[in-house]
Formats: sequence, C-alpha cells, structure tokens
Amino acid sequence: MANHAAKSRTALGGRLRSMTDTNLLMSITIIVFVLMYLFAMIVLQKGFLKPQTLFNILNANAALIILSCGMTLVMITGGIDISVGGVTALVSMSCAVYLDYHGGSVFGSLLLALGIGLAFGLIQGYLVAFLEIQPFIVTLAGMFFARGMTTIVNTKQFNVTHEGFLRLKDARIIIPFLGSYNKRGDYIDAYIEIGVVVALLIVAILFFVLKWTKTGRNFYAVGGNKQSALMLGINVKRTVFLSHLLCGILAGIGGFVYFMHVGSGSPSHAAGAEMNAIASSIIGGTMLTGGVGNIIGTLFGVMSLALIQNIVSSIGLDQAWWTGITIAAMLCLFLVIQSVIIARRKRANLSAAAGSKE
Amino acid sequence: MTTKSARGKGESFLSGLLRHQIVIPIAALLLLAIFNLIVDPSFFRITFGYNSAGNPVLKGYPITIIDYGTELAILAIGMTLVTAASGGQDISVGAAIAIAGSVILRILCGTGESTDGLQAPIIVAVLVACVVAMIFGAFNGALVAFFKIQPMVATLILFTAGRSIAAWINHNELPVTSDAGFKAFGNFLPGIPIPAPCFFAVGCFIVTWALLKFTNLGLYVQSVGINEKTSRLNGLNPEFIKLVTYVLLGLCVAVSGFIKVARLGTINYSVIAKDIEMDAILAVALGGNALGGGKFNMPASILGAYVIQFLTTTLYKFDVQSDALSAYKAIVVIVLVVLSAPTVREKLSTLVKKLRNTNQTVPSA
Repeated sequence: MANHAAKSRTALGGRLRSMTDTNLLMSITIIVFVLMYLFAMIVLQKGFLKPQTLFNILNANAALIILSCGMTLVMITGGIDISVGGVTALVSMSCAVYLDYHGGSVFGSLLLALGIGLAFGLIQGYLVAFLEIQPFIVTLAGMFFARGMTTIVNTKQFNVTHEGFLRLKDARIIIPFLGSYNKRGDYIDAYIEIGVVVALLIVAILFFVLKWTKTGRNFYAVGGNKQSALMLGINVKRTVFLSHLLCGILAGIGGFVYFMHVGSGSPSHAAGAEMNAIASSIIGGTMLTGGVGNIIGTLFGVMSLALIQNIVSSIGLDQAWWTGITIAAMLCLFLVIQSVIIARRKRANLSAAAGSKE
Repeated sequence: MTTKSARGKGESFLSGLLRHQIVIPIAALLLLAIFNLIVDPSFFRITFGYNSAGNPVLKGYPITIIDYGTELAILAIGMTLVTAASGGQDISVGAAIAIAGSVILRILCGTGESTDGLQAPIIVAVLVACVVAMIFGAFNGALVAFFKIQPMVATLILFTAGRSIAAWINHNELPVTSDAGFKAFGNFLPGIPIPAPCFFAVGCFIVTWALLKFTNLGLYVQSVGINEKTSRLNGLNPEFIKLVTYVLLGLCVAVSGFIKVARLGTINYSVIAKDIEMDAILAVALGGNALGGGKFNMPASILGAYVIQFLTTTLYKFDVQSDALSAYKAIVVIVLVVLSAPTVREKLSTLVKKLRNTNQTVPSA
C-alpha cells in the first residue's frame, strides 16, 4: 500500500518534471485563480455567487486581456513593449475626437485605431529588429510619444456623444440561463460586452497560432536562444519584427475595445496599463527572459489580477493604496514561486543528467 | 610627410572620438546649446537678483537646468551602477522617491496637524529616509540577486506598490511644512546665490568619484555585468555586488527624495517624481552605456541626465505643455538612439570614410 503511494507520488513527480515550464507556471496560475474564486464564493458570498460578477470582471478587463496578449507575444520572443498603455490612451482620444469633432463614422474610427496600432508596431518593430536598439528604450520612447500626442490631440477628458458609437458601446450580448434575480425578484439577464468576444477570439486565435503554426513556434525558438534559432534557419529579425508588429496592432484593437468600454477620451486613460499587462503576463507564466509563455495563462493572469482587486475592495479595504499594495504582493509571490520552481527544476535536471551519465 | 601624419592623426582623432562613449551626451548637449543659441541667444543670460526672502540668487535658464537636473543626475549615478551590474534597470525609483519623501515629512511634521516648527531635526529625518530607501533597495536587490528575477520585473513590484506605501505612511494626508531652514535645502541657502541642490549634486559626484577611484567597486560591478560566472570563478560574489548596487541606488533615491520634498515643503504622492524612472534610464542610455550590463561610464551618465534636463527646460521655454512634453522628448530620444545604434553608426562611418576618400583622391589627381 505504502509502496503504491510512493509509486504514485513518483509518477506525479515525473509528470511534473516532464511538464514544460510554460504549462507548469500556467497551471499554478489557473489553480490559484480557481482557489481565490472559491474562497470569494464561500467566504465573501455576496456578489461572487452571481455569474454576472465574473462577466463584469471580463467586461472591465477585455482591453487589458488584448493588451496582455500582445505583451505576451513580445515577451516570448525576449522583448518587451511598454508603449501599449500610451497607445490605448492615444487610440481612445483620437477616436473620440474623430467621432465627435470631425463627424467620423464608427467604422472609420475602427480603421483609425488599427492604423495607429499598426504605425506603432511598424516603427517600433523596425527599430528593435533591424536597427537592433533595445526594445525597452524604443518602446519607452513610444510610450512617451503616445502619451504626449494624446494631450496634443486634446487636453481634456470628454464623453463621446456620437449616436452610432453609443449604440455600439451599449450593445450587450445576453447569456441565457445565467442571469440572477434582484431584491424585488425581477430576473436580470447576464451579459457581456462585444469587447469580451473580441478578446476571447484573439486569445483563441493566438493560442492556436502559438501552439500549432510554424510562425508561433518560431517565437519560442527566438526567445529561447537567438543564436540557436538563427542556426536552425529561422529568420530571427523578421520574427522579432513580427512580434512587435502584432503587439502594436493588438494595442490598437485593445485601445478600441477600451474606448468602447469607457466611451470617452482622456489623457489619463489606461494609466499604468502597460505595467498591468506585464504583471498579468508574468503571473500567467510568461518569463521576461523569453522562450516561455502561454496565452491561456495570460488570460488567467489578467483575471487573477482583477479578481484580487475585487476581493480586496469587497473585504472593505477600499482605500486606494490597498489595491496597489495587494497587486504588488501578489506579483511578488508569483515571481518568487516562479523563481524557486525554475531553480529547483534546473537542479533536478542537472542531477538527472548526472545520474544518466553514471 | 607632415600632411600625411596630420591626416593620420586627424583620422584617428575622429574615429577615436566616435568610439568614445562620452561623445554622445556631449554632442547632444552641444546640439541643444547651438539650437537655443540660434533661436534665442538670451537663453544663456544669467542675472543676479534677490528672492523674496532677501537672499542673493542667480537666475537664468542655465541655472535652472543645473538646479533641476540635480535629482536626475544623482539617480543616474545609482542607475548606472545597477544597470552595469545586473543588466537591467530599476523602474521603481520614482515610487521609492515618494516613499523617501513621505518618510521625511512624516518625521518632520509628526502625526498631528501641520505645525510651523519641525518635530525632529532634519538630519534625523534624512538618515531615517536613507535607511528606509536602502531597505527598499535591498528588497529589490534581493529579488534580483538571490531569486534571479529580471530587474525590470522585480522592481515592477515596488513600482506598483511604492506610491500606495507612500500614501499609507502619512495616512493619505498631505503634510506641509513651511520651515525656512528645511526649504532652504531645496531652494537657496542664505547668502549663497547658487541653488542648494547643486551642492548636493557636487557632493554626490565627489563621493562617487572617490568610491570608483579608491575602491574596486567599479571594477567588480563591471566584471559581474560582463560575465557573472567568470566573476564567481575569480572569487567575486556576484549576488552580493548586485545587492550593493541596489542599496546604493536606494541611497541616491533618498537624497533625491529629500531634495524633491525640500523644494516644495510638501508632497503629492501620485505626482512627485513622476516618470523620473524613465528619465533616469534615458540618462544612462544617453550616456552610451549598454543597458544589457557590463562596462559603464559614470561621467557620461551624469552628463546624460543634464542633457535630458536641458531638453526639458528648452521645451518648457517654448511653452510646450508639461503633458505634451513627453512627445517631443520621445522624438529627440529616438533620433539620438537611432544615431547611436551600432548598425547605424557602422553605416555612417563607412559613409564618412567613402566621402573622405573621394575628397582625398580629387586633389591628388
């Protein structure tokens, strides 16, 4: 009996060891997310028992999910893009001004958003990949530029009054059977916004691309080891360029989704979004050293961050500083877990290698 | 014969100049200076006058640049060391300055309502702030050195939490002190027409110079940055050295934080030292230091900090809104970085060589 238990334990250990870094880190995130949600449901109850709470988290963070997806792509290739928050602000401000002051159409504003994202992606990608300037510096300048341009486009915050856009903004996708009853006993439908569908679609597409296409595998190869990737015949520069390009476009889309959610333009929009995106990617199991990362993990990274914010505010710690401190504490925890696990695996691999040699 | 040697000398001088790191910030500084000289020669005028307190003061844009560049220059010292040793940057310095400033004001103003007198000697407040900032520096350093987390990610933790912690230290109140003795450190010392922060800057430069000159810190930091494994084999302790650089950056942060709060006598947690981490990193990059670690050039970094301040002041002079400032800064930075990129510089130098060759062949023919 004891023998059997020991055997199963070693089997588990073996499975853990055979798991890739990506999957291991992602599993931790998903487990933590589920545990936190269960904790919230059992201890806090209140809103957490309603499915709509989960949907609200999705609604509020659809844009962040898209931004984090782009960030994950860049981080897998070993780079970083800190301009996404600035691009989001620029996109929402430009679209708002275009719609309200220049009589633009909704479709036109979508094109504008994509155009801005594309432009940032192209220029940053070119500078990073072909001129070999450090991505941090390039995208730092990109962030500065985007934030500055936002105030140049318009200095004040204002709400968009364009009719077509408001219709799009208020569009709800009703989810059947998951609604809840309010105090008077009326049935309220559960809903998600269009942005959530876009975000989940992007997650699905990128998951597929990263897992099963040659381009996707190239990202990992380049991030893991540029030299080896080059020797394998991968066009490293083009891959790095592509990752920044995609990140830029995703920032454009994310900006538009953000714009659809808030319906206004402001220079202070999406403040710190880049750091949230980086934090989400890291919590989701992406490593800044490159070569390790997973889109599904990123999705859960965003959700975990949002969930912990919700839990903290519903516990009653609603002073502004608690949010910052808890997010940081969570980030710290995950980073240390990651670091310890990776170190232990390295040691295990080393001893395994030594064992096989004997 | 003489012409040949002169030409050879000229060539080696030019190429040697291009190879020198400090050339980048100096060129940028000259460029900015010439630009300002053309647009408005009065930019460089320095006037002598008296401020409202009756102290003699020097006024003028050059003084402003040197005055307000102090915090950035001091941060650039620490940031250069951190960059060189750990191959990454500390993005939490702005938040850490908020913490240091908050600690200083908390000690000076006490817990109660703002009073005119100080509750504690200034030196005590500064020392406590130094210790606190160094502890946070050590926290960052420990994450980087012992847990092997990438510096940018490790410091992201304090970046997110720092301003919240700063607000929490003072229970989100905004302590104000109107003590003239305290504010003098951020403005003008009585009887001295040069802004007080300049003395802090000079003091820090001297200490840094002495540290690099008389200890092996610089050598150790560079060797750890260039190759950690080799350094270990040579008997260095890379973890400890990385930790030391972060603690030193903490010290720089405390001094900057002290100057920042002394300027105004109060603190705004979300605005104080906003985006200064980006400026500090840019200063290091402008100094031509590899952001991936390794060799560093301290004077170049410090000069880089003043270049950024020069740029900021120039833009302010043209009535650029403070929020829009960053867009112009970004363009300048991109131009500088593109010009200093190795691939671009290679192409440029071959172009220059080609031009010189054609020039040489023409007279001989």
